[in-house]
Amino acid sequence: MKRVSAWITYLQVAPLALIFLLFLVVPIATIVVVSFFDYDTTRIIPAFLLQNYEELLLSPVTWRTYLQTIEFAAITWCLTLGIGFVVAYFLAFHVRSATWQTVLFLVCTIPFWTSNVIRMISWIPFLGRHGLANTTLIKLGLIKEPLEFLLFSDFAVVLAYVHLYTLFMVVPIFNSMMRIDRSLLEAARDAGASGWQTLWNVVVPLCKPGIAIGSIFVVTIVMGDFVTVRLMSGGQSASVGLMMMNAMSLLQYPAAAANAVILLLLVLFTVAAMMRLVDIRKEL
Amino acid sequence: MYGKRGPAFWCLAAFFALFVLFLYGPTLTILVLSFQGPSGGLTFPMNGVSVHWFRNLFEKQMVGDFAGAFQRSMILGGAVMLVTVVASFSAGLAFRTRFRGSGILFYLAIASLIVPSILVSLGIGLLFRVLGWDPAWYSSAFGAHLTWTLPFGLLIMFAVFNRFDRRYEEAARDLGASPWQTLRHVVIPILLPSLIGVGLFGFTLSYDEFSRSLYTSGSFNTLPLEIYGMTTNVTTPVLYALGTVTTAVSFLVIGVALASVVWLRRRRERHGSDAGRAA
Repeated sequence: MKRVSAWITYLQVAPLALIFLLFLVVPIATIVVVSFFDYDTTRIIPAFLLQNYEELLLSPVTWRTYLQTIEFAAITWCLTLGIGFVVAYFLAFHVRSATWQTVLFLVCTIPFWTSNVIRMISWIPFLGRHGLANTTLIKLGLIKEPLEFLLFSDFAVVLAYVHLYTLFMVVPIFNSMMRIDRSLLEAARDAGASGWQTLWNVVVPLCKPGIAIGSIFVVTIVMGDFVTVRLMSGGQSASVGLMMMNAMSLLQYPAAAANAVILLLLVLFTVAAMMRLVDIRKEL
Repeated sequence: MYGKRGPAFWCLAAFFALFVLFLYGPTLTILVLSFQGPSGGLTFPMNGVSVHWFRNLFEKQMVGDFAGAFQRSMILGGAVMLVTVVASFSAGLAFRTRFRGSGILFYLAIASLIVPSILVSLGIGLLFRVLGWDPAWYSSAFGAHLTWTLPFGLLIMFAVFNRFDRRYEEAARDLGASPWQTLRHVVIPILLPSLIGVGLFGFTLSYDEFSRSLYTSGSFNTLPLEIYGMTTNVTTPVLYALGTVTTAVSFLVIGVALASVVWLRRRRERHGSDAGRAA
């Protein structure tokens, strides 16, 4: 009987395991293998070369691009964390009726289920040269010439990141906050803590797992992004993802693969550092 | 906490309202602008009101193959949804007991979430190239989307099974139900709202996926790829019409999913659980 049930267990996880094996493990392994291959203008040639890595790591462009990507990730992380924490705090501690809490939580999450590309496009009428922001500011007499930096700039890229990914912070932080035993807050107040002290010494530490999960999402997504940078900067900013895409369009697959391996290592390293703060399995 | 609402509440409420405006404002703007008159441009003011750009959208030669891309994305989304629900539910059942490799599989699921989408896309694209296969939306893109939807499905199933009372199953077994009957008449009806939730993730995440489709969808575009292509060469409000239609479909799917969950809850409250009421 025991052996039968063991078989059933394996049968039950088989579809999941198979999909991850075929479409995650094997493809990543392919990237690693191809990153050592040679190539010319038309084909890739099996080999074992370190040349792709050498070229990549010796080029100052690579370092600049990685630095810019890390910068985008850091700025986006700060902004999404700040905004996400405040929004989650409002939902968890200031909205009293459970129905309203659910409704407002859904209002925050629904955009996650709609198209990112379209949500980026929808900034055009706002930020464009003749967009709402510029015309309003001119009408108010605050500026004479339209501001050029609003659309197709680093500013627009970060704005889009915050717009798209803040809810990745809101959801896990809200989840952590809902698990905080409300009597702890009362105890803090009874012990004479001010509102800020309670927030900083009780709420924030207990939200750490949520903050870590949200940070992992935001940082990994921004580090691997190329669509937002491409669309919102109008081709003026670079990102590692975009660099890979350019190599791919030039059919330099091994070069793209080497870059992918380095990006993967960077992402895994960052995530490992954040994972030390949280045991994800306990958070479900 | 339960006294009168202080200034802190109103400050936070204002912040929250601004955040919601920030989330939805741009989408509402393109909704309005998609009804731009035939001579209108990409920004305000509106030059009259018309459905010109929607009609334009469905004329094939004008804007690429919108209808075909839409159809492909719907089919793909449906298929991804089905596989996501079935595979995560069945894996969720299995993960209730420890088995050899459960740790590795769990970390694979987490890895699937954190490995940048472009790497999955690139990897599958390269794999197909090395093997000499042609990538297509129904093969490679299908697999690529699953690597994004399955971790969400699995994590949701973990959360759900952690709160699931196993005594329901034991009771069914004591009453003489076979494992299959227990599953069909007890477990699935109780978990149905969560399964609908997993399905919602499966469909919408696939329907909107761009990065993972890029190198995997082959010669026929899915909808997000089509939209992306349009952003670089279309400078008329037809772009907004496309945005409006796509977002409307997303909202319709979300609405149907949420409504059915609410309906199931209500019905359960009225009748008590109908689990075990064998057909």
